[in-house]
Amino acid sequence: MNYIIKIHFVILLSRQGKVRLTKWYSPYSQKERTKVIRELSGLILTRGPKLCNFVEWKGYKVVYRRYASLYFCMCIDADDNELEILEIIHHFVEILDRYFGSVCELDLIFNFHKAYYILDEILIAGEFQEPSKKTVARLIAAQDSLVETAQEQASSISNMIGQATK
Amino acid sequence: MAGGSSSSSSSSSTGPSLVDSLFQRSLDDLIKSLRSQPVGAEPALLSRALAEIRREIRSPDPDTKAVALQKLTYLSSIHGLDASWAAFHALELLPSPSPLHKRLAYLAASLSFHPSTTDVLPLATHQLRKDLSPSSPPNFSSLALHLLSLSASPDLARHLAPDILPLLSPRASSTTTNTKNNNNNSSPLRPKAAVATLHALSLCPDVVPLLVKPLVDCLSSPDPRVVSAAVGAFAELVSATDPSPYLPLAPEFYRLLTDSRNNWVLIKLLKIFARLAPLEPRLAARLVDPLCDLIRRSSAQSLVLECVRTLFSGFPDHDRALRLAVDKVKEFLTNDDDPNLRYLGLRALTILGPRNSWGVVESRDSVIQSLADPDPNIRHEALRLIMGMVFDTNVVEISVMLVNYAMKSDPVFANEMLDAVLTTCGRNVYELIVDFDWYVSLLGEMARNPHCAKGEEIERQLVDIGLRVRDARPELVRVARDLLIDPALLGNPFLWRILSAAAWVSGEYVEFSTNWLELVEALLQPRTSLLPPLVRAVYIQAVFKVLAFCFSSYIDQLEASQVSSLGHSTTVGGSTIECNAASANCLSDDITGTESADGFATADKPASLLSLLEKKDPFFTRESLKRILYLIETAVGPLSENDDVEVQERARNVLGLIHMLQEIPAWKTEEEGFKKDKDNGVGKIMNLMQAMFSEEIGPVSVNAQKRVPVPEGLVLEENLSDLAMILTEGDIAPSMSISFTLRSHQHMETKDEAAPSVQSTYLLAEHRKRHGLYYLPAEKDETELNDFPRAYDPLLPVSHSDATEDLVKLTEQSLIPRKVKHTKPRPIVLKMDEGDGVLPSALTTVKESKDDMLSGAIHEVLLGNEGKPSSSQKGSSNKSSGRRMKGVSDNSESVPQSKENLDLGDRENRSSSSRRSQHRSHGKGRHRSSQNNEEKEEKSHRNSTRSGHHHERHEHRQRGETPLNAVPQAPAIQDLLL
Repeated sequence: MNYIIKIHFVILLSRQGKVRLTKWYSPYSQKERTKVIRELSGLILTRGPKLCNFVEWKGYKVVYRRYASLYFCMCIDADDNELEILEIIHHFVEILDRYFGSVCELDLIFNFHKAYYILDEILIAGEFQEPSKKTVARLIAAQDSLVETAQEQASSISNMIGQATK
Repeated sequence: MAGGSSSSSSSSSTGPSLVDSLFQRSLDDLIKSLRSQPVGAEPALLSRALAEIRREIRSPDPDTKAVALQKLTYLSSIHGLDASWAAFHALELLPSPSPLHKRLAYLAASLSFHPSTTDVLPLATHQLRKDLSPSSPPNFSSLALHLLSLSASPDLARHLAPDILPLLSPRASSTTTNTKNNNNNSSPLRPKAAVATLHALSLCPDVVPLLVKPLVDCLSSPDPRVVSAAVGAFAELVSATDPSPYLPLAPEFYRLLTDSRNNWVLIKLLKIFARLAPLEPRLAARLVDPLCDLIRRSSAQSLVLECVRTLFSGFPDHDRALRLAVDKVKEFLTNDDDPNLRYLGLRALTILGPRNSWGVVESRDSVIQSLADPDPNIRHEALRLIMGMVFDTNVVEISVMLVNYAMKSDPVFANEMLDAVLTTCGRNVYELIVDFDWYVSLLGEMARNPHCAKGEEIERQLVDIGLRVRDARPELVRVARDLLIDPALLGNPFLWRILSAAAWVSGEYVEFSTNWLELVEALLQPRTSLLPPLVRAVYIQAVFKVLAFCFSSYIDQLEASQVSSLGHSTTVGGSTIECNAASANCLSDDITGTESADGFATADKPASLLSLLEKKDPFFTRESLKRILYLIETAVGPLSENDDVEVQERARNVLGLIHMLQEIPAWKTEEEGFKKDKDNGVGKIMNLMQAMFSEEIGPVSVNAQKRVPVPEGLVLEENLSDLAMILTEGDIAPSMSISFTLRSHQHMETKDEAAPSVQSTYLLAEHRKRHGLYYLPAEKDETELNDFPRAYDPLLPVSHSDATEDLVKLTEQSLIPRKVKHTKPRPIVLKMDEGDGVLPSALTTVKESKDDMLSGAIHEVLLGNEGKPSSSQKGSSNKSSGRRMKGVSDNSESVPQSKENLDLGDRENRSSSSRRSQHRSHGKGRHRSSQNNEEKEEKSHRNSTRSGHHHERHEHRQRGETPLNAVPQAPAIQDLLL
């Protein structure tokens, strides 16, 4: 299968090596995914502070950056622009921060699907997508409100049905 | 856990009064329970949750199903559980009218669908089409585009390409905007559609005619996001496939480069130009100034970095620009605050490559300092950069620097450096090494490194050099001696392999040794008990060789003294020590001369050894021999009871020889009597022994076996069990001839049991006489078989010339790719480590064949459209090739029309890429058509010919003076260039 992909995957790891988010843009089987995560946490979490943010891994390059207790890792081809990826990571973190209001690890744990939706607005199929933080925030908010109204309707209808069937 | 908590959670079910949904745990519940669990209980909890999900997900109620799917998505993406079994359930939810369910279903699908293994994927086609249609809400389409660009299979891409088209074109998206999203003047879907297009294109080149044109139109959109996405798509296409079809778009890219102020877009544009510039020198000339401007002005390091990389990889001839870029890199390298910049600076210099090595030379100091960087990745990169710059002129300097530095470095990196030196110097049979004496002593120095863990490779190279490089042997023996006499080294397990090689070398080339007593002492020192048995066995075998050599030299020396006393009536004692040094060189030649000429010609031997022994005679007194004998006997004696068979066997070999010597009465008498007796006893034995070791082992070509012609009458397929009879009869197993350490054993056996084994040795010898040419010249049992002419004589001198032949061959071979590298526009320095994983290589081979299709198709569309914009896509592709035909025949006056027609016929069968290369080679049509057959053959194994293809194309570009003026793509470029 032929893929032209810029970012191969995104992984968020906690300092203890717990996975907080994974998004795979290249096709990896579940087995490979587990292996990749294990290998990368061995490579990245062991690195001390004040070292460069890049690790080579199987001919690819993994760009990572630590924010508080979370490591944001993205895997790219060896000849891609590492600094650009660092900026994308920072961009992602800023948007998360804006959306959750000073984001912390727990926000991502309990709202993991929201984190996915935000990531999907920034990266589509491994391509950097939306440079404006404001636009992303607006899109996510619009989606949220759409879902909420739909849910309210649904719950009211189902409540009515529920009461009717009682 | 039940209804109460789930209704409070935003993502839980509040629906029907089914028991399942009432008692369903929400995602929050699941996460909480997972977090409150002790560490060990997690697997049990996960499997319980999974069982629960399996039950819930089959529920007819969409809410229950959605929550179950959400939980499964969580477990699969965070805890790595397999979710592929639920693919169908995700599909079930896709058509749901509820945005919540749809979003969850798409998320689950995009996380778990695997294009090649998810077999329900085709079932999604209809729903995707529906969600992509302009009448559905934009965020539904957005979800569908996401899934499409992540998980599409080629079939899915083919079927849905027409549905992407309206989202990609400005008009359709504006209608969507008007109906659904009034306050926004541009659809957010268009950039996403551009990315989905990229993936559809890469999956399925068939859709190129349909989608490329709208994608090109996106480049001129007023919406910066659309432009950004389109540029990104082209950047990926250009970098992943053959860039030449995209040349006509260069003016458009150039316009964007000068207009855009968006760094994201600029970086992508630079990536495109890095690939296009080498194809068109005028384009490169045009680009230099904007690039230099960006480097000077931009404050974004990522953009500056990309400029530097583009200049390094695409503009190797623009010295002024390179100078600027190198200066920038120097700033990076000396930036103490930012390790990222130091790392990237080194990487950038690696791109620069050997062609412009001045850039590296200038920043040499910072590069070498980077070897001591606190970051191992930076050190590694610096090492790689340095090793990429090694030539035969500086290999000595760099290797010495690294080996010395390895002494001070930390163990891991020290070994990385040693490994780099070993690999580089050993490459292509020591291609870079001119002074082997130096290299051999360097190997010895490496062994002195306390962290050295490269024993295996050093061992291999020591022995290999011994075998291959005759002139290095004296130095090799000296280095080996230094290693052997140091008792401290014996305690380091990493060095055992090296010591084994040293022992073997000093035994095999004992004639270059200067002090045999010292050597024997070193080989038998008490601390050798620390060695593993196999290495010890090599030590004892070396002792055996030294012993045999000393004795036979002593006897020859006596003989010589007799001769000289007869001839000149003078005594030998110390008369010729002075000429030691002078004849040291001819000495080795003499010895090898006799060896190679006629291994066991006793008539020649004393004469040639005479010069050798005269010089060394002070060492061979009867006393020194006795001393050696005594030393060996006491040290080896206890080993005859050793537990290890190898050690025991070799010890017994040595002791057997000593006992045999001592039983000869002449040994006990005075020297005079000994002399007289030498022809019968000691002398004879020693001649046998010496003959055993005198022959050289030479390197054998890997292909030697293939060159052996199958003799008539020999049926190779037949069962060889009949041979067992012959083999068991004697004690000789044919495999013994392979291992040099076993020779003595074999010899002793055949000697002791000469009578019963005559038949088998006869058969073997007969066999060898016929096919001996291709055996390793390791067999030494001709003593019994003197009556047979030696069949492998002609090949014996080869051991040296073979090595040189090998070298010549290998340099020839290495020249071929090098040629390609030079004519190739972009030296692929970075791909050095690409073969590491299986995954990438497997991917690239598949990629290449498809890439050719893709770039071919794109070429057709882009170039076809330039000429005939009005025609339909399909027609234009056909017409463009026809039009191109005409162009070819117009431009190549020298080629007769009939030839071209022939070409046309051929062309039908070929893929568009070869058509392209032929097309470009107009004016050389005749030459090309003669290569047609070749080219077809190449096609059958496409993946290996890609680089060659590039090469070819480039060559033609150089041959034709200004090819771009003649080919149809020229007009497109001209408005930019003129």
